[in-house]
Amino acid sequence: MRKWIAITFLLILGFFMLRIAGAFPFGENTWKVARQYVKNVTEEKWWVAEHYVDKGIKENRGSNLVTSIVVNYRGFDTLGEVTVLFLAATALAFLLSSCTCFRKYERIEASLILKTASDTLYPLLILFGAYIFIHGHLTPGGGFQGGTVIASAVMLMLLAHFSFHPNHEVLSVTEGLAGIVFAAIGLAGLIWGRSFLANNILPLGHWNRLFSAGVIPLIYIAIGFKVGSELSGLITDMFKVTKEE
Amino acid sequence: MILEYFMILLLLLMVGLAIYAVETKDLLASVIAAGFVSLVASIVYLYLQAPDVAMTEAAIGAGLTTLIFIIAIRKTERRER
Repeated sequence: MRKWIAITFLLILGFFMLRIAGAFPFGENTWKVARQYVKNVTEEKWWVAEHYVDKGIKENRGSNLVTSIVVNYRGFDTLGEVTVLFLAATALAFLLSSCTCFRKYERIEASLILKTASDTLYPLLILFGAYIFIHGHLTPGGGFQGGTVIASAVMLMLLAHFSFHPNHEVLSVTEGLAGIVFAAIGLAGLIWGRSFLANNILPLGHWNRLFSAGVIPLIYIAIGFKVGSELSGLITDMFKVTKEE
Repeated sequence: MILEYFMILLLLLMVGLAIYAVETKDLLASVIAAGFVSLVASIVYLYLQAPDVAMTEAAIGAGLTTLIFIIAIRKTERRER
């Protein structure tokens, strides 16, 4: 019975994804399609969406419009999102530390290929994650994606080596500091700018440069550190329970 | 035109894999099928010109979530009761 409910939901989801895929003409200019879509859907009633598409780049000078919306226009939502992630990680750590109901099993040592490959890839993956969140306002990606890539680098090392222990103190302190930086930038906007998380406290700079778009790269770097340390800590917790049993 | 047929093929593949993930009794196969659904979804997002969402889906859906579920399966049971 439960299975059939799940399958029905999946079919409904697939139907709607097909409809969305059918609504876009493929291979056309992104901006034209996006603007046309906003006009069709909103019928000029909800002008906020149109404002984002039309003026977002001019107002924030970031070439990635998605980042401008996520970090600036909808920055308060992103603060809430980061808080939800923090709560989920804390709850999982609490559950794992108190539960003794897990099955015991033997852990086999990793093969030479996995060990060598992860030793080579570990610094490169960290560099790539840092690249993604530092260039969040220029290219696709940002704090959440970069943080996840860093966490997957830590995960690879944990799979390959028994002796690899990320320092939990350092991870918690990094996570807390990054959260404080995010909130402090928001409060600075409240004091010196227009509103909470306002983007007029730093010079906006030139379009398509690394040092541009005001506070957006600073916030995304803070989010990258926060998400990366949080997910790394979470994965380390899960592996640690494995080792004790 | 070819792109559209390819897209329909990918979406049908997604639905099929999702049904397999629900139906199968082997939880490890189910988790891998779910990760594959995320991977195909990220290709679909790339075609819909949303590279940000595609990156998130590939990194979180196909990478981290699959691994966390696999660790959980190793600590509990592989077969569905």
